Amino acid sequence: MNTSRRNFLKSSSLGFLALGLPPSFLVRAAGAQQIFSGKTLVVVFQRGAIDGLNVVIPFKDPAYYRLRPSIAVKEPAAGEERALDLDGFYGLHPALGSLKSIYDQGQLAFVHASGSPDSSRSHFDAQDYMEIGTPGIKSTADGWLNRCLLDGKKTHAPFRGVAMTAQLPRILAGVAPALTLSSIEEFRLRNEAMAALQKIYAESSDALFRAGGQNLFSAIAELRRMESKIPASVERYPVGRFGAGLSQLARLIKANVGLEIAFTEIGGWDTHANQGAATGQLANRLRELGEGLAAFYRDLGDRIDDVVLLTLSEFGRTARENGNRGTDHGHANVMFALGGKIRGGKVYGRWPGLAPEVLYEGRDLDLTTDFRTVCSEVVTRHLGQKDLAKIFPNFKNGAPLGLLA
Amino acid sequence: MSTALGPEQKIIHFLNRISFGPTHAEVERVGRLGIRAYLNEQLQPDLLADQRLEEKLAGLKTMRLSNRELIELYPPPQIVRQQGMMPQPTQAPRAIIVELQQARLLRSIYSRRQLFEIMVDFWTNHFNVFSAKGADRWLITSYDRDTIRPHALGKFRDLLLATAQSPAMLFYLDNWLSASPDSPGARFAGPNNRRRGLNENYARELMELHTIGVEGGYTQKDVIEIARCFTGWTIRQPQQRGEFIFDSRIHDNGEKNVLGTRIPAGGGIEDGKKVIDLLASHPATARCIALKLARRFIADQPPAAVVDRAAATFRQTNGDIRSVLTSLIDSSEFFAPENYLAKVKKPLEFVASALRAVDAETQVSHQLFRYVGRMGEPLFLAQPPTGHPDVASSWISPDMLLTRMNFAADLVANRLPGSRVSAETLKDKQSFLQLVAPGGLSPATRAAVADREGPQAIAIVMAAPEFQRR
Repeated sequence: MNTSRRNFLKSSSLGFLALGLPPSFLVRAAGAQQIFSGKTLVVVFQRGAIDGLNVVIPFKDPAYYRLRPSIAVKEPAAGEERALDLDGFYGLHPALGSLKSIYDQGQLAFVHASGSPDSSRSHFDAQDYMEIGTPGIKSTADGWLNRCLLDGKKTHAPFRGVAMTAQLPRILAGVAPALTLSSIEEFRLRNEAMAALQKIYAESSDALFRAGGQNLFSAIAELRRMESKIPASVERYPVGRFGAGLSQLARLIKANVGLEIAFTEIGGWDTHANQGAATGQLANRLRELGEGLAAFYRDLGDRIDDVVLLTLSEFGRTARENGNRGTDHGHANVMFALGGKIRGGKVYGRWPGLAPEVLYEGRDLDLTTDFRTVCSEVVTRHLGQKDLAKIFPNFKNGAPLGLLA
Repeated sequence: MSTALGPEQKIIHFLNRISFGPTHAEVERVGRLGIRAYLNEQLQPDLLADQRLEEKLAGLKTMRLSNRELIELYPPPQIVRQQGMMPQPTQAPRAIIVELQQARLLRSIYSRRQLFEIMVDFWTNHFNVFSAKGADRWLITSYDRDTIRPHALGKFRDLLLATAQSPAMLFYLDNWLSASPDSPGARFAGPNNRRRGLNENYARELMELHTIGVEGGYTQKDVIEIARCFTGWTIRQPQQRGEFIFDSRIHDNGEKNVLGTRIPAGGGIEDGKKVIDLLASHPATARCIALKLARRFIADQPPAAVVDRAAATFRQTNGDIRSVLTSLIDSSEFFAPENYLAKVKKPLEFVASALRAVDAETQVSHQLFRYVGRMGEPLFLAQPPTGHPDVASSWISPDMLLTRMNFAADLVANRLPGSRVSAETLKDKQSFLQLVAPGGLSPATRAAVADREGPQAIAIVMAAPEFQRR
């Protein structure tokens, strides 16, 4: 995994008010801004391939325990360190306990045995395929989230598409403008002469930079204008880039800056050795994931009705544990769908089983739901996109799962 | 601008294109030698002493290590665990790529062999390898040193063959896994007893990206035939030794037909070499390379005539890179007024040109190459095989532009750890302006500069559109 490009700047923990902003930002009239009440799609990419079989655990499938003698999570029962019963067949990893109440309230669902149909077990290829949205076809130039922004809307909202990452991820790269925001606090010019630069760009005869400057300075201005209205988060998010990113996305959503497509990522899933069972390496990563998502959910309050959050991971991991009490690169996985309008409290997808004769290539969970089927439903029903063929070209969509109310 | 470039503009333009940005020393040297003699000097880089750079590079020990030594000194985490070693943070494999990134920046800033470094950068991008893909962490240093650099100004065919046989490319585009399914070797080889088969990845990119281009007139059948030719071109122990070998046990010994040329059965390793020769001498390759070089040196959409001439030179000289470069740089199109400041600097070019223009002392801290990454060009970490595009629109997203502006402010305010600009340099805004764009500053930029002194003026110009172009 490419970690070097992902552990960039830690976001600042300073609040806005600590930054010595000009008082004009604080006294600006509240009615000046146009209220955006549109929908937001948040995609969380779990880079490194999360072990879905130990996230949503098929405890009633007897093969599960045979395949994983040292890393299986025990079936639900009284006591600690056991799976949390979801529906009598599947159980949630106990480190995701913070999500259980959201599931029970019906605003969190899972789709098991899902993912990309491509057989690649290369992180690099599989992430790429999932991000460009055309498994098996490398030549696609843009990411499918970027294509979601190409609907001809004449909006200049600088915050329509935002990735909380240092570099623009492939999934959001393309023709439509998209912002990368390492942190709201850092999206400011440290050049003392901002006014002069803005004038230089605005008056430049260089059309490209005039437009580029317009995008930049309008985003800065919009953020500064919003600043007094972007609430400082009172939720406790887990420490680290993932929590910080979700916290900032929640603030942007609540501030109605026009955010439609948001992206963030969390790594550390490539558990080839000593991944642990109910506790250990994977459990620690899951705790950060679960607490981050739960904080995001609470933080949004009523606005959760306008939000759908989906998780993606490039592939699952081997059904059988390996000789290092870990798992190797596999095939199908589990996706999360969180949101106010999600018909949650349910694990979707046909379970293919874990018996030797039904394993994909004799070793992995088989795939029964293409990730694009899940994404298509959200893109059409939640975002109201019409032209699915543009977003997922050459994809013959199956029947929607009915994830959205 | 419609009138021909003046002498001062011509020198700045020339240095903007064939180097990582003008410095006073090089402006003076071009003035003294003349453009043609200076270019000839740059085309013979081995004759240029490069002491300042060598001193800067001396501390980067991974630069001199082989793949095998790198794997031993910076062992993969699974080996550390298996052998019960204590993981040492200084031995994390990440240190390899960090030193390579530092070296790339130091060379771009300090090397006197600037055109050579431009071409190394160009070919590194053309034959892109994503260094964070698996074993490529340990293979990338040798790729830069032993594959790209020896041929950057040589013959295209030799460069193409070197990349085809480089463990880094074999791993990145999966050819090392490719085996004829019917060969004796394929029946046992491979992890988990999975039978190995043909992998088309390299064959496709070899044509589409490295040589004849997507319009080069090949079919899916050609992809498969080429993949068959390259079966057996693999890596001996990628996680231990990382050497190229030809493994005849997984090679497809049958007859092949590539782009209408028959390759008889039983050729062994020669099959792949024949494909290299065929593609290197293909007219579509001449055209693709000429176009890409013209895009680098002249304009995003270079005039057809200059591309035609460069492609003809490529064909007549059997792909001699020096000759093609001379044809481009000697052209009237190169110095045409409409091409003055027509290119947008990519992040490496922008950062290196800024440090060069203010004669900064730097040891290249993490902050510096992370800046280049945040501007959109993480060095040696482009994931797709296409590398980075070389057109203006790729480099000016809001966050990228903001990062450029903040970089300029940090550099000039001496806030960048490990980098230092002297007080005398910062006092002299006129001296800096001479290197930027003679006759090309906009009224607003001129007005902002007139209002300010020294470092403030320099930071503004460095962040202005004019300095983003070359």
